[in-house]
Amino acid sequence: MKIDRNNILTALSILVFFLFVWWGNHHLTAYAVRVWEDTLIFLMLAAGYNLINGVTGQFSLEPNGFVAIGAYVTAILILTPAQKESMFIIEPMVPWLAHLHMSFLPALIIGGIVTAIVGFLLGFPVFRVRGDYLAIVTLGFGLTIRVVSNNTITITNGSLGLKGLPTYTNIWWCAVWAVVAMIVIMRIVDSAFGRAMKAIRDDEDAAIAMGINTLWIKQIAFVTAAFFEGVGGGLLASLITIISPTMFTFFLTFELLIIIVVGGLGSMTGTAIATLLVVWGSELLRVVEQPMNIFGLQIPGIPGMRMVIFSILLIVIMIFAREGIMGQREFSWDWLFNKIKGKRA
Amino acid sequence: MNLTIVLQQLVNGISLGSLYGLVAIGYTMVYGVIRLINFAHGDIMMVGMYFAFTGIAMWFLPWWAAFLLSMLASSLVGVIIDRVAYKPLRNASRISALITAIGVSFFLENSFLVIYGGVPKAFPVPSLFGGAINIHGVIFPNIAIITPIVAIIFLMILLFILHKTKYGMAMRALSLDFETVRIMGVNVDLVISAVFAIGSFLAALSGIFWAMRYPAINPLIGIMPGLKAFAAAVLGGIGSVTGAAIGGFIIGISEILIVALFPSLAGYKDAFAFLFLIFVLLFKPTGIMGEDLERGRF
Repeated sequence: MKIDRNNILTALSILVFFLFVWWGNHHLTAYAVRVWEDTLIFLMLAAGYNLINGVTGQFSLEPNGFVAIGAYVTAILILTPAQKESMFIIEPMVPWLAHLHMSFLPALIIGGIVTAIVGFLLGFPVFRVRGDYLAIVTLGFGLTIRVVSNNTITITNGSLGLKGLPTYTNIWWCAVWAVVAMIVIMRIVDSAFGRAMKAIRDDEDAAIAMGINTLWIKQIAFVTAAFFEGVGGGLLASLITIISPTMFTFFLTFELLIIIVVGGLGSMTGTAIATLLVVWGSELLRVVEQPMNIFGLQIPGIPGMRMVIFSILLIVIMIFAREGIMGQREFSWDWLFNKIKGKRA
Repeated sequence: MNLTIVLQQLVNGISLGSLYGLVAIGYTMVYGVIRLINFAHGDIMMVGMYFAFTGIAMWFLPWWAAFLLSMLASSLVGVIIDRVAYKPLRNASRISALITAIGVSFFLENSFLVIYGGVPKAFPVPSLFGGAINIHGVIFPNIAIITPIVAIIFLMILLFILHKTKYGMAMRALSLDFETVRIMGVNVDLVISAVFAIGSFLAALSGIFWAMRYPAINPLIGIMPGLKAFAAAVLGGIGSVTGAAIGGFIIGISEILIVALFPSLAGYKDAFAFLFLIFVLLFKPTGIMGEDLERGRF
């Protein structure tokens, strides 16, 4: 009975969310819609990233690599053969890819699956190490992906990148995928797998002693994250319409890291709140990079200032408010009703 | 390929390797003492380059004064970073410290981007380092000869400090058992600051020689050599200074030789160090000199 109530409320709030999307699509400015699209894609990326970093406690820096893979795979699949032929001017594309062409949804899913497979294969060597080594190896992976995409000219068009991708991504694609990602990830967190993940985070040796197959559990988290990061990459590719090896740098990982740290490592609710704050905050902070005129005083725009502010923010949060907004807590309907009834959660 | 070219490439590789080695020493010492991968260490290299650039090109100092000033200022930056960002997290989880280190790295990169702009600057190479000498028809750039000599001199000085002075003894003791050393009445924070100062000094030295080797500097230049130097530190056995130097030489020489022997792979040279790193972690995670990952010793 109670669970039914919770499920109905969840379904209702998703409906309200889609109503908002429908309303926003018609009434918001193109700029606001665009920022919402970014927000929703980042929500999906950050939720996946938090699953591996926050819930499982495996500090990895892989997102930019995974997003790049997803973006490239999706881009190659949705470009028409004619476009590919005109774009690959240094060397022609390998034939079996040049003639491949499909619609957006299968392309996204294949992008996600390819990324998940890469994540699975990468998981074996990287999960042999823990903690800080894992961070460096996955960081190296991101750089390796960039080097590889720069050099496999017959597949990725090298440093020229891929241009003129069809713009399929709209706010609906982003919204539906974000909701799917959130539901799947929340279900994993609430399942036995999720409890095993948290056990690994809290004490890996104890988890092993309890009979948890840590490699397998870490792989589940990693592959799930990889899938959604790959799909997110595909959505981004079709949103921006141009991709090149220099686009998916460590900067992207850093932004996601800030999101999950601000929201609280291990809390999906926190991730959602922090995504809103960081994406919209970063739009508002554009002001500091533009020339300003305060009381006749000319201040030239300072490019890069936003990142200085973000990095200081990250350091300050880590020193003074390590828990982030939500810590490891999650929003739940039971909590809300207890709050309303005045009971203690 | 004849002997001349092999010899030239070897000297080239040794010189590049000693640059990696100098940076790797900083990683290994900081990790040995506080078990933190100092992500910002590669960026200290960049800081050193820009300080030296400022000294020579903007303040018109003689090159040796600019270099010395830059290395000292970079040490100071290293110490400040430790005091401001890492010290409050000494008792927090290692992941928190690591995230902070990433924040510091981003802060350095972007604040230098704001101060100096993103356009690469031409590093003024002093004439002593600019030329080349010709030994029996084999041409060696001066910089390739001087770099390893300077690196080895500083390595000797460091080993002397570590093994013959009280500070060195404190550093070695800290890497074995943090708490006991504190109980013994050693000023732990001062020793950690000294470690950061030494590491940053050597990173700045390496950065200056890097800038003379590839004289176009930009605020993101420290990332790649920093990561490769980390790979070198792991390869040598993290916690071991000699190991870091050896790891640096191995990474540098093999990077140069791979490009020389297989020119078609030249584009992949930046990815190579990570493959190396992954293989080391897979098959011998303690590295060449490291006896035990958790028990560092210099």
